[in-house]
Amino acid sequence: MSNAIEIRNLSFSYNGLRVLDEVSLTVPENEFLGVVGPNAGGKSTLLKIVLGLLEADQGTVTVLGKSPRRARKELGYVPQYPTFPRDYPINVEQTVLMGRMGVTRPFAGYTGADASAAAQAMRETEIGHLSARRLNTLSGGQLQRVLLARALVGQPKLLLLDEPTSNIDTRMEYEIFDLLRHLNERMTIVVVSHDIGFISRYVRRVACLNRTLVCHDTAAIDGKTVQELYGTDVHMVAHSHG
Amino acid sequence: MEFLTAVFQHGFLQKAVAASLLASAACGMVGTYVVVKRIGFLAGGIAHAVLGGMGAALYFGFSSMLGALLAAIVAAIVLGLVKLHAKEQEDILIGALWAVGMAVGILFIAQIPGYQVDLMTYLFGNVLLVSNQQLLMMLLLNLILVAVIILFYKQFTAITFDEEFARLRGLPVTALYLLLLCMIAVSVVLIIQVVGLILVIALLTLPAAISQQYVHSMKKMMVLAVFLGMLFCVIGLALSYSTDAPSGATIILLTAAFYLASTVLRRLRLRALP
Repeated sequence: MSNAIEIRNLSFSYNGLRVLDEVSLTVPENEFLGVVGPNAGGKSTLLKIVLGLLEADQGTVTVLGKSPRRARKELGYVPQYPTFPRDYPINVEQTVLMGRMGVTRPFAGYTGADASAAAQAMRETEIGHLSARRLNTLSGGQLQRVLLARALVGQPKLLLLDEPTSNIDTRMEYEIFDLLRHLNERMTIVVVSHDIGFISRYVRRVACLNRTLVCHDTAAIDGKTVQELYGTDVHMVAHSHG
Repeated sequence: MEFLTAVFQHGFLQKAVAASLLASAACGMVGTYVVVKRIGFLAGGIAHAVLGGMGAALYFGFSSMLGALLAAIVAAIVLGLVKLHAKEQEDILIGALWAVGMAVGILFIAQIPGYQVDLMTYLFGNVLLVSNQQLLMMLLLNLILVAVIILFYKQFTAITFDEEFARLRGLPVTALYLLLLCMIAVSVVLIIQVVGLILVIALLTLPAAISQQYVHSMKKMMVLAVFLGMLFCVIGLALSYSTDAPSGATIILLTAAFYLASTVLRRLRLRALP
């Protein structure tokens, strides 16, 4: 089995401040990986490097066997916060269709194939009934599903989510993760979260990130690890794989 | 009604109406992107920088519309690069280009004896003076705008809606953004023929802004904005004809009055809801 993501000795600094230090991480295909760690621990930065939005200072990053930029069209991305104005004159279906960009024909409007892909993505995320709704009439949970559908509609091989449940209630949180577990049958998933306790129930493996990286099986997370992760500056921590 | 009979009698009025309709078409389509992307100030910078090109064109003796077009496109690309690469100084640089363009234009125009009257025409427009050649060029530019929007409708929508996501889907966001700004530049040149460069921004943004209060898709917004722009321009023209007031200013005041009325009514209606 090949690897969805291979990161070797990755370092990255913002304005001279090192946020990622010598991070190495391999994510095999069909993995369901949770990336946890304190705020400002470099989680979102790592995700942005995998997406090719930021360039590593040092080290190599391979995504689906290619450079991050080349792999882009095969990735699905769900941002932490909607990065668009909520009052933009657009409905749910049109928003989801934007995920077809890069897959659909380059000129003129969307095709019938795009429309049916959008319909399927909306069905899968259970927002089919909302397709004609405007974005500013949606609840936080509904909007999260729209973002997920937009990420799925391009049929990604790798799905990356940044704090997908930060703006929604607990019940919705379970629903989203049940859906992700189902999606994991056909794609690799990486979820960034600050909520270590919650996601360890769903993900197969957890990468703990606080500037440097400590990888664990979910079973191996104990109080000591958490303390080390969220406490003072953590370097490599001895760990065992079960 | 008096205006209608006059239109049938006078060729210059027919041309004025035709120019207004063509400018309104550009306003509605491109103005919609300006409104949803909130780049009215940037469009204002482009419009005012155009005077530099018009002045230079007059001084060197070629078509002022061509000069305006070149200046608008240069301004659009410069401002686009500023917006993409120097975000922190964006408002200062837009303001600077705004003033520099006008200063250059005024220096050129001051060198030409007897042209001071024309300066008012450029600043505030005089649609009654539109020539056949200008009309033809307006038609051509409009056709280009329509063609580009049809071709790149979904890309323009994607980059004005969510730039980061558009980039992740592999769209050439920078190139598309600069193309969109060039479209704004072309529209500005079209609208200048009707209301002059100082008043451009109102006609570019207000019809689209009114539309946004009533419809909730980009396509509908464009169609309604085109229709409203045409309505305001033609009624404004008729009003200015019967009162002998300057046409550009009349059109702008009419448009702004409708915008104000529409916004107030909407507020009242929203407040009336339970």
